[in-house]
Amino acid sequence: MGFLDSLFGRTKPAKPDLDQLFALPSAAITLQVATGFRATGAGSVCFRAMEGGEFARVQAEVQALLDADQGPKVEVTRDRYGYTWLLVRQDPGDLAALVTDLHAVNSSLENAGFGPSLLVSLVAFAEIAGAETAGPETASEEAGSPPGGRRLGLVYLYKRGTFYPFAPQSGEHRDNPLELQVRGLLANDLRLEDDLARWFPVWGAPGLAA
Amino acid sequence: MAQTRFAPDRGLTTRMVATMFLLGLLYVVLIGVLIAYGFQLIFVLIISGGLLFAQWFFSDRMALYAMHGRVVSPEEAPNLHAMVDRLCALANMPKPQVAIADSDVPNAFATGRSPSRAVVCVTTGILRRLDARELEGVLSHELSHVAHRDVTVMTVASFVGVLAGLLTRSVLWSGMMGGGRRRGGGGGGAPAVLVILLVSIVVYAVSFLLIRVLSRYRELSADRAGAFLTGQPSALASALTKISGEMGRIPSRDLREAEPYNAFFFAPALAEGFSISSLFATHPPLQTRLTQLAQISGQLGRAG
Repeated sequence: MGFLDSLFGRTKPAKPDLDQLFALPSAAITLQVATGFRATGAGSVCFRAMEGGEFARVQAEVQALLDADQGPKVEVTRDRYGYTWLLVRQDPGDLAALVTDLHAVNSSLENAGFGPSLLVSLVAFAEIAGAETAGPETASEEAGSPPGGRRLGLVYLYKRGTFYPFAPQSGEHRDNPLELQVRGLLANDLRLEDDLARWFPVWGAPGLAA
Repeated sequence: MAQTRFAPDRGLTTRMVATMFLLGLLYVVLIGVLIAYGFQLIFVLIISGGLLFAQWFFSDRMALYAMHGRVVSPEEAPNLHAMVDRLCALANMPKPQVAIADSDVPNAFATGRSPSRAVVCVTTGILRRLDARELEGVLSHELSHVAHRDVTVMTVASFVGVLAGLLTRSVLWSGMMGGGRRRGGGGGGAPAVLVILLVSIVVYAVSFLLIRVLSRYRELSADRAGAFLTGQPSALASALTKISGEMGRIPSRDLREAEPYNAFFFAPALAEGFSISSLFATHPPLQTRLTQLAQISGQLGRAG
């Protein structure tokens, strides 16, 4: 925000940066090769629903758009802080399709003038047991959550255009070593958030629930 | 190019700029008179500047100390922190410290010299009375104060008033001690001192009013930015109504303690029976704030 905007108290709502999302598929490959974490095919967009009929109309439109293909329907949840999550599922092997779906949500909201209400987007990863040695076998992927497998979400901050890793453990604890490891790994693939104070936890994010 | 629903209020900006201009003009007039009459300016300037600088620099700690606020960690107040986290991510601003003051007065304030050194404080009274959406509205209002650097703006704005106040006192004091020390300049001895005294008093009075006008505009701006941030102007309006309704029933001792820090409060802690002219109020009347929020609500819901 500019100096004058501060001075005159007319700061505008921050605009989202949508471009960086498309770097995700290549980062997912890096992640899989180095750690054995694989995309679960679940991804979600989190936004703050604005009051008024127009936002409700736009949201319904977005859902209809995403439900138009054959895949599973979009799941809508409202978290305890009043934010809305749209959970999209795609074939775990086709991360590009997932990112395209997520981007459709973003751009629809932005075109309707609701870009500032976008909070984060999240793509879920799960650790596949023995994945380090495994080749392209895909049998276990449909199962979604192998017992004991760690979970990881790559969270995209719209207003910053940056990603950060979020690894929830039971009892609202974060697996900080894993998060920092992932940060080191993906530094070349994604624009990662430098300011650790902005890596806020998204407990119970849809698609990431353990 | 995507459209935007977040139209700035040009009228509000214009009025604010006009107020700031008048304050600046006042400052120039005061300095001009002082120079014309050859008053020893440097000393007074340094004192008033130093006072205000200290007040600005330590604003976060001073306000917390005065309000008995305590900075809380995410473990102590997970919900409050999560709300602030999300609002900061929405607004793309650094996260301020979060504090809770143990007081039954339902209120909240934000202070600190810069967005990276800011504190947002809520009282236990407000936590108890408001639901999650309303509390979020209040927090977004306070975060807007931080984003607008209202502590800095109001400190700079009050400089001329503090200067004039100090000057009045020092002229009176030196007058009583038998003649002010002056370099030979304009008029004779006594008239020059009188002119400075008179101008200082007038400047002080006018700047006092202007600062309050400015403060009311800043409040409206913060309401506006806060409502845009959450997209829930009605939740903010409901919080305002709730708190204003509660204010009259608060025990008065707590209120007097709170008054010096009213400037950055969500709603001023003045009992309703205490009739204060709207000219002197630091906050706009409730009805004005509600009207603006209703307008924003309509703006957000408009098809297009």
